[in-house]
Amino acid sequence: MLKMTHLSKSFRTEVVETYALRDFSIHVRPGEFVAVTGPSGSGKTTFLNIAGLLETSTGGTYELDGEDVSKLGDDARSRIRNGKIGFIFQAFNLIPDLNVYDNVDVPLRYRRMPGAERKKRIGEVLERVGLSARMRHYPAELSGGQQQRVAIARALAGSPKLLLADEPTGNLDSQMARAVMQLLEDIHRDGATIVMVTHDPELAARAQRNVHVIDGQVVDLGEAPTLRMNAQAMG
Amino acid sequence: MFRYYAWLAARSLRKNPALTALMVLAIGLGIGASITTLTVLRVLSGDPIPAKSAQLFYPQVDPRSINDYHPGEAPAEQVTYPDGMNLLKAKRADRQALMTGGGAVVLPDSAAIDPFSVDARYTTADFFAMFDVPFQYGGGWKATDDDAHARDVVISKSLNQKVFSGGNSVGKTLRIQSTDFRVVGVLDNWRPTPHFYDLNSARYSDYEEIFLPLSTAMELEFGRNGSMDCWDNTADGDQVHSPNCSWLQFWVELDSPDKVKAYKAFLNNYSDEQRSQGRFPRPNNVRLPNVMQWLDDQKVVPSDVRLQVWLSFGFLAVCLVNTIGLMLAKFLRRNGEIAVRRAIGAPRREIFAQFLVEAGAVGVAGAVIGLLLALLGLWGVRQQAADYASLAHIDPTMLLMTLLLAVITALLSGLLPAWRACQVTPALQLKSD
Repeated sequence: MLKMTHLSKSFRTEVVETYALRDFSIHVRPGEFVAVTGPSGSGKTTFLNIAGLLETSTGGTYELDGEDVSKLGDDARSRIRNGKIGFIFQAFNLIPDLNVYDNVDVPLRYRRMPGAERKKRIGEVLERVGLSARMRHYPAELSGGQQQRVAIARALAGSPKLLLADEPTGNLDSQMARAVMQLLEDIHRDGATIVMVTHDPELAARAQRNVHVIDGQVVDLGEAPTLRMNAQAMG
Repeated sequence: MFRYYAWLAARSLRKNPALTALMVLAIGLGIGASITTLTVLRVLSGDPIPAKSAQLFYPQVDPRSINDYHPGEAPAEQVTYPDGMNLLKAKRADRQALMTGGGAVVLPDSAAIDPFSVDARYTTADFFAMFDVPFQYGGGWKATDDDAHARDVVISKSLNQKVFSGGNSVGKTLRIQSTDFRVVGVLDNWRPTPHFYDLNSARYSDYEEIFLPLSTAMELEFGRNGSMDCWDNTADGDQVHSPNCSWLQFWVELDSPDKVKAYKAFLNNYSDEQRSQGRFPRPNNVRLPNVMQWLDDQKVVPSDVRLQVWLSFGFLAVCLVNTIGLMLAKFLRRNGEIAVRRAIGAPRREIFAQFLVEAGAVGVAGAVIGLLLALLGLWGVRQQAADYASLAHIDPTMLLMTLLLAVITALLSGLLPAWRACQVTPALQLKSD
């Protein structure tokens, strides 16, 4: 699903070149739930931005769903973001001027989906996150947990192949965090591939596999017991 | 997507009414000022006879005295009666008409209408065909009527309404001064603006109500108006027939460049011939401007009107810069939204289009305000004493121009902000680590 090989990301100034990622390799298989952990400034978010095609790498290759996406132009990257990737941000990043329904509608608009189909799809995903009754509410009228569920509904609306979550519970209290995490686990159980960046060891422990990043490099690729067992069985 | 963007634009503009009002007002003020001055300029500088202005020419020769001669100066602005008649009778153009303005008193048959004065034009038969004058009833008189000093008259639509209740009055009698005239034609609405064929009288107001053969008017000694330029004391005091007083306008129609060239040669030959007879002491000074060249030559558009247009467009530019600043501030305050939209699949061009539609919406609103301000401005112009004041109205072309100018202004003012908006880097905006 997601394969980065010897990826690097550097920022060059006149005097110094700083690496945010260096020789970064990772392979996330379809259906995996991977937690990327590491201290602040370790490069987790840079990894997530490159994975989500919000930034480009300066070296190495990145394959998403079997396609080399390292050198695509803005249109193609936008199309892939819209069609294959769903984002969940720590700060929810809902558009405050739009109500719940219209926020979830945004990615579908860029997909030029017909109105009736959009309506059906929005209804389904809001049902899934338990917010059908709140579709006319504005973000400011919702709790943090509800806002994050709207963000998850927006991410799910386009039926993405890969969900990228950046500290999805970072702005929530523990009770709401547990509910959101439970929702992510349910979504994973239904077959979604999830890559989640987190500081929280408790959340990371609930993922299938932990990848630890320090100073822009993967230091521990973690284990994926289920997948490994499957691979052995197939071998 | 346009409908979606229009919906987003409406929401965004409603969200901050004060800022929206400022932007709309800035564009509206600039548009209002520009359209007001542009409408006045258009009224003053428009082509009064677009279909034929390139084929109608105003022949000028210079019969004036050698005294006060300055090489390079323009020839006489009008022709003398002898020259006018000579040029008319030479019939070297496709059509030609000699004319002057005048005034007469109409004495209607009906006792219910008191005698009243009207502006008149004394001219020759080709006038009507040459200037494409539209008729409601009948037509002009014939060249033979000029020779016969016929008591024929062509009247305006408004005079026909006043005296004959708007009916077909051809063949009826109209008493002018103390002479009965036969109505041969009734004009339809006709008001070439400016009054190009005679710039000596009011250029934008007081159009003629009656048209008579020049020969008839001269015979009956109807009063004339306009300017008269005389040189060398006339021997018998008869300035009207004098070869030393120019007071008539002479127009010709020439439908090809070859004919124009030939006519100019004819005017030179005519000047030479007159000199051989002891007239035209100055070197040949012949000109043959067409309608627009003649209006330009006569500086029909006052220079302050042009200055006002430049100033108003300068003001529009200032408004444009202000609107750019306001839009830039408004759009870039929405960096977060832009980043989210980019992250969930909007290419740069979609962001650009979304914000350009919002700028266009400001433009449309600005057009409405601008139009209202222009209407107010033109009302103000109409309160002035200038003779063109009453003509200061917005026509459909200016209406379209207002809309176009406003939308172009708004799009121009939206280009930079929309471009900056679509350059927002989502990764930087959304960064939370």
